[in-house]
Amino acid sequence: MLRFIMLRLLQAIPVILVVITVTFFLVRIAPGGPFDSEKPVTREVKAALEAQYKLDLPLFQQYTSYLGDLAHGDLGPSFKYPGRSVNELIAAGFPVTAELGFYALLVAVGIGGLAGVIAALKPNTAQDYIPMSLAMIGICMPSFLLGPLLVLVFGIHLDWLPVSGWGDIPGDKILPAITLGAGYAAYIARLGRAGMLEVLSQDYIRTARAKGLPEWQVVLKHSLRGGLIPVVAFLGPAFAGLLAGSFVVETIFQIPGLGRFYVQAAFNRDYTMILGTTVFLSVLIVLFNLLSDILAAWMNPRLRAQFGH
Amino acid sequence: MLPKFPRFLLLVAAVTLLAACSGGESNVASGNRLGILHFGNGSEPQGLDPHVVTGVPENKIIRALFEGLAVKNPYTLEPEPGVAQSWDISEDGRVITFHINPEARWSNGDPMRAADYVWSWQRLLSPALGGEYAYMLYPVANAQAFHKGEITDFNEVGVKALDDLTLQVTLEERTPYFLQLMDHYSTFAVHPPTIEKFGKATDRYTPWTRVENIVSNGAFRLKKWELNRRIELEKSDTYWDRDKVRLNGVVYYPTENVVSEERMFRVGQLHYTNSVPLGKIPVYKEMPDSPYMQEPYLGTYYYLLNTLVPPTDNLNVRKALSMAVDRDKLNATVLKGTNISAYSITPPDTLGYYPPKLFSYDPDRARELLAEAGYPNGEGWPGLELTYNTSEDHRKIAVALQQMWKDVLNIDVALTNQEWKVYLDSVTNMHFQIARRGWIGDYVDPNNFLDLFLTGGGNNNTGFADPRYDEMILKKAPQAATREERFAIFYEAETLLMEQMPIIPVYTYTSKHLIHPSVQGLPPNLMDSLNLKYVWLEDNVQTTEADD
Repeated sequence: MLRFIMLRLLQAIPVILVVITVTFFLVRIAPGGPFDSEKPVTREVKAALEAQYKLDLPLFQQYTSYLGDLAHGDLGPSFKYPGRSVNELIAAGFPVTAELGFYALLVAVGIGGLAGVIAALKPNTAQDYIPMSLAMIGICMPSFLLGPLLVLVFGIHLDWLPVSGWGDIPGDKILPAITLGAGYAAYIARLGRAGMLEVLSQDYIRTARAKGLPEWQVVLKHSLRGGLIPVVAFLGPAFAGLLAGSFVVETIFQIPGLGRFYVQAAFNRDYTMILGTTVFLSVLIVLFNLLSDILAAWMNPRLRAQFGH
Repeated sequence: MLPKFPRFLLLVAAVTLLAACSGGESNVASGNRLGILHFGNGSEPQGLDPHVVTGVPENKIIRALFEGLAVKNPYTLEPEPGVAQSWDISEDGRVITFHINPEARWSNGDPMRAADYVWSWQRLLSPALGGEYAYMLYPVANAQAFHKGEITDFNEVGVKALDDLTLQVTLEERTPYFLQLMDHYSTFAVHPPTIEKFGKATDRYTPWTRVENIVSNGAFRLKKWELNRRIELEKSDTYWDRDKVRLNGVVYYPTENVVSEERMFRVGQLHYTNSVPLGKIPVYKEMPDSPYMQEPYLGTYYYLLNTLVPPTDNLNVRKALSMAVDRDKLNATVLKGTNISAYSITPPDTLGYYPPKLFSYDPDRARELLAEAGYPNGEGWPGLELTYNTSEDHRKIAVALQQMWKDVLNIDVALTNQEWKVYLDSVTNMHFQIARRGWIGDYVDPNNFLDLFLTGGGNNNTGFADPRYDEMILKKAPQAATREERFAIFYEAETLLMEQMPIIPVYTYTSKHLIHPSVQGLPPNLMDSLNLKYVWLEDNVQTTEADD
């Protein structure tokens, strides 16, 4: 197992290096630079700005200098926010995004998993069609539509929940978590249904039923673990997706997360910030994929055997 | 049994929801009680260093934290004492002597000295800092030469501390709007020892503006700064005019999303919004005691015409395009009556100045002009591309103009949208035929709009060049003895400009806010300029919270 993890981590290094290199050169090819603005600055000012941020060096030298700083964990100063380092901006935004992602994942697994199991128990009946149709709607409905709808109903008409903010007013985390989690809940419902259907048709389930076990024991004790393996395998990419894709929800609810910084950085050509967040998120995605592989292996005895247990 | 499982979950969900119900006191209610203003500020500021940052959200915070030598009275926009309690202007208008208020203090208790200004202006003008607003001090003798590195001895620049409380500024030539510049944050003094503690004067990347480090001199001081969440200011007890300050604090929220901002206002989370979504304006206008405030704003929305490439190099084509635009109709329909039709670059009533109006919507004359240019009824029209930066509002306006040109002139115009930085690149390098543009004034003076079109100016972007125009703006206007005489020169210059039609003026901006009725002392003005020193909150005002 340890060998497997080490191997995967080693494989990740060239992947991340490629990500850095491609991002580094891509952002510089894009027209416009970090210091272009509607009121153009004089040549002298632009030269001074470029000198302050080492943009006057040859491109390859900038690249090696960036890699050197990165090796020390320094992602450089932000161009858009003078006086702030990229490390600092990520440190400020990431915990919020991670918390939002975690709650969204709870929503997704809770609602999606439950809907999937319920649907799988009586396939091709109303008990299957209703949750699965809702899941289809969930997949189709974008968060920029769902968010404002939820706000309109629960925030403004019913006045039950705050319309924006994060940790300022009790309950202000509920609507963002549901908005972000809904789409994933829908995926998980479909994955869970398929997984459960497969497991429920296995011989050992027939045996369990034949033994006269009550249905809830058959479902909870014997089927759930096997049936949810596809869901677990999806969790890694899902959490990474939640982190990287929270921008829309963060904007709707004015949440001070990383997603807003990330997208703004691209618009501002804030080179170091774009690179810093990209590197940070790609490392996370690699880690979460690894984690979900390990978890899936732990849940699946057949895979576990391959790791030499 | 299984059905119990979801029932239990439902119960948990219901309890959580109920426990989380917002209820409680809104920001507006608690703010009114405690004297704290909750302010929607558009976006997270880049920073709070007055010499480094640029932008409207930054301006609003910095002007509460710091104060200039002279400040704009929010009712009249005329200069009134700030850090300087008075000033003398020499006969020829070139020497201004500021007398600093002996009571003026930094927030750490240090007295403010004339030398702080000399140090601060040297910092702003140092080429190494890369201060984007350094040109604000160009009227000062030799300031431009120092900033461009032509001279390196700052003693040659026209700013001297005669003693601790007397600052003498010598100008290149008479600059009637110079006192206004003293209220622009780029000319504010910063506390030299604080900056030097964290690095060189010209370092942009230092933590001196953090809550624990910053020393400022305004009516408020920084209390809390949570990135992308809120910035809290509290009343300063060292400010010289503190007895006049009635607010105990201000909380600024980054409200990038105008729709969310409006919702925050509706549920009582904000006293003041930075903007109002266009679609909601008609609804708010209808309301009795409407919180919607709309005022003319010192800015113009226009299209640049590239006079160096066909077909817009032809004056008759430019005139035809401009005359075929029905601005009043555009304003009434697309813009929902929220702006003012514009026929020139300077907004009307800029410190009493009204620009010339040389033309109006005239479809017949537009068709004639197009025929004179060689395209009768659009025949032989080579096509034209209009470039705008990606935005739904800009698109709507561009589509409306495209249709007007088709209807009136029978010509086709293609629309191209570009991402912001790509668009800036196209405009700066003049890779366009028609391009959208907006200009917001930095100070209330026609000069701020008219000097855009100086030959080779960084913001000209049209190819317009006329030595007579340059002479009027650069030479004649500064030497005018009176405001009337000066405005007459501007009028003549602007007439010259609009006869050549290098731009299609579309509308004069308006500032639009939702302001809770408890907010007092916030008069509307052309600069959308607010001085929080004058603002207070009336507690016993009927609230409109949670109105649907």
